[in-house]
Amino acid sequence: MPFDIYETDGFYDEMFQPDGTPRPSARVLFQRIAALNDGELRRYQQAAEQALFRMGITFNVYGDEAGTEKIFPFDIIPRIVTAEEWNRIDRGLRQRVHALNLFIGDIYNGQKILKDGVIPSELILSAKSFRKQCVGLKPPAGVWCHITGTDLVRDKDGQYYVLEDNLRCPSGVSYVLQNREIMKRTFPQIFDQANVRPVIDYPSHLLRILHNIAPEGITSPTVALLTPGVYNSAYFEHSFLAKFMGVELVEGCDLVVRDGVVMMRTTKGLERVDVIYRRIDDDFLDRQTFRPDSLLGVPGIMDVYRSGRVALANAPGTGIADDKVIYAYVPKIIKYYLNEEPILPNVPTYVCFEEDQRRHVLDNLDKFVVKAANESGGYGMLVGPHSTRDQREKFKHAIDADPRNYIAQPTLSLSRVPIIVEDHFEGRHVDLRPYVLYGKDIFVLPGGLTRVALKKGSLVVNSSQGGGSKDTWVLASQEQPC
Amino acid sequence: MLSRVAESLYWMSRYVERAENVARFIDVNTWLQLDLPGNYEEQWLPLVSTTGDESLFAKHYKEALKSNVIRFLIFDTRNPNSVNASIMAARENARIARQYITLEMWEQINRFYLMMQGAARSFEAGYEPSQDFFGDVTSASHLFLGITDATMSHNEGWHFCRLGRMIERADKTSRILDAKYFLLLPSVESVGTPYDDIMWAAVLRSTSALEMYRKRFQEISPMRIVEFLVLDREFPRAVHYCVNAAEESLRAISGTKPGTFRNPAEQQLGRISADLNYTQVRDIIACGLHEFMDDLQVGLNRAGGAIYNTFFALQPIPPVPHYAAGRNE
Repeated sequence: MPFDIYETDGFYDEMFQPDGTPRPSARVLFQRIAALNDGELRRYQQAAEQALFRMGITFNVYGDEAGTEKIFPFDIIPRIVTAEEWNRIDRGLRQRVHALNLFIGDIYNGQKILKDGVIPSELILSAKSFRKQCVGLKPPAGVWCHITGTDLVRDKDGQYYVLEDNLRCPSGVSYVLQNREIMKRTFPQIFDQANVRPVIDYPSHLLRILHNIAPEGITSPTVALLTPGVYNSAYFEHSFLAKFMGVELVEGCDLVVRDGVVMMRTTKGLERVDVIYRRIDDDFLDRQTFRPDSLLGVPGIMDVYRSGRVALANAPGTGIADDKVIYAYVPKIIKYYLNEEPILPNVPTYVCFEEDQRRHVLDNLDKFVVKAANESGGYGMLVGPHSTRDQREKFKHAIDADPRNYIAQPTLSLSRVPIIVEDHFEGRHVDLRPYVLYGKDIFVLPGGLTRVALKKGSLVVNSSQGGGSKDTWVLASQEQPC
Repeated sequence: MLSRVAESLYWMSRYVERAENVARFIDVNTWLQLDLPGNYEEQWLPLVSTTGDESLFAKHYKEALKSNVIRFLIFDTRNPNSVNASIMAARENARIARQYITLEMWEQINRFYLMMQGAARSFEAGYEPSQDFFGDVTSASHLFLGITDATMSHNEGWHFCRLGRMIERADKTSRILDAKYFLLLPSVESVGTPYDDIMWAAVLRSTSALEMYRKRFQEISPMRIVEFLVLDREFPRAVHYCVNAAEESLRAISGTKPGTFRNPAEQQLGRISADLNYTQVRDIIACGLHEFMDDLQVGLNRAGGAIYNTFFALQPIPPVPHYAAGRNE
């Protein structure tokens, strides 16, 4: 399958330079793909899809085709990140997560940053993700966000920007590992001389962190991953991580608070659990502390947590740092706590809470991407240039009614990568979500989830809205061993 | 291990075993029809009796035609004991226990499921399942069993798998014997039609027992067959073998010595096993085979209930009173 007719269409292409020649980092990959016979690449693509079915990595489809299962679309052309680019991403993410962690600690203990007027108090206190129940919490070693997934995008100029921080229960890392596995199973020769850094040790890193936060005096802690259950869309990931860490996968109904500790119901009676990697949101964690209607969590668990007899990752309350309005202040947050300039810039962001910025947004709705502060998964979003007058009108009213809840960003022309479309290649927009682990130090997994907007021209990469994914190759530098 | 996961392992195995047995019944009955003369009426209803779902069948189908019975027992998801529904249930249980079972086990269950989905699609398109299909179901089940034995530590979870499988198999062997016996031959003394041998051989074949039986007893005789399928301690589909193996796994799980019990599950299963230890085939015939099988099935159901209560039931634990928890606001 030749690249002859492939067009970069003026976008930043991850594989090709503007003159149509492959980037130096992609040259080996390009040659390998170009050398394949007609149809061979498509057979590999089909083999990968079949492998996903065989491995049962599927999700249920509701509605018309109820009962059928689908795989998350996967494209076998890898996305390449060079060692130099990664170096900057790695440093930038460590800096950012370090600062955000200090920020969360400060917000729940002292609020110095508010008193110093760096962020308006009103913004924090009105945030849906601010948990007054967490005020005064002191998680072990001061770490709140043990696991972070940060969404990065590249604009026309090839510059990486942080689009969004996810500090609650970021998902997707299992697909990073699984995509690599599928590639190795179905297309192994592509790795020859590619110098790709491995991602397979993520569960070991995560497990080490979970062990490290065990309550004092517990040398071999029982670790459990708390899932909302088998019907949750991320259940595959939950079972995947539990399996590869060798820890228990529990649901709320398996856990109970007894005698001041958290216990799980086993075939031999109640057994204590020391560390919980929880994949349910704060809101649902404990109906005695948070939402009283929650059936998912463990009543009383927050009291055990406060007494230090169970550890939670992430700590409750971290959502305050990924509020989309707070996002706009992250450069200031980095400066405030670390006295450093951000290594990875934010996308320029207008906060509708500020009157002059709001006016500017409302006057230019057709140029901006508008986002609701507390939505995710690509919901509650207006993509101005692709919107209808009706949609813009609706957002105008919504912003007027609740300006605190909206931000606006210029429409970026996200970078593109080639994907296989029938018998040829076409460019599609992508983002990149690397995963950051915070234990004794901060570790960035050299890889990440490359999400692809499969619809031609679309900028929405979320899997719930027609997005797919790719294997992400972070290349080792010459000096750096794999 | 977690009670919820233990229960899923137990049911995962039970459902795979169930699917295999139902497929066997149909396979053998199809063969049987080929051996019987043309004026001999085809017998499909006894198959439905074997799984104990006559009333459900009657609710959805008018006649016990071959095609109806095959649809009902193999593909119909309205029948929770159909092969299709069993494999779906096995897979859902495997999904719950996915972090506990091995990747190879999960992939085999999943392949089994995809195979059934494919077969169901071609059945809907008008193709009757081929004879190979039944063999494929049996092989898929055996492959799963082999993968389980070869890749999973023989730990508590593995014993729950075995426990479920053995209880299911004991139940199914007793049912097929009961149904055939009851429907084909009202009394054991009545020397039946010239086709007796063929019919009884079919019973043996549907439990994969024909060859092993021949090695043991050579001649086909109803008494001997009952003896072999109920009381044999070495044949892996015989009721006695299954009950002993289930009991062994139960003891491995709780660490109880043979001859004693610590929980109702061990008591129930120990009782059945002791009965079988001291029963001879003429006792069974004297008491009536059907009555004996009925008692056995009731006993196995009780054992299943006791296993549930002992290991799986999430006993409600009253929440800690709010005021006692020492909240610091």
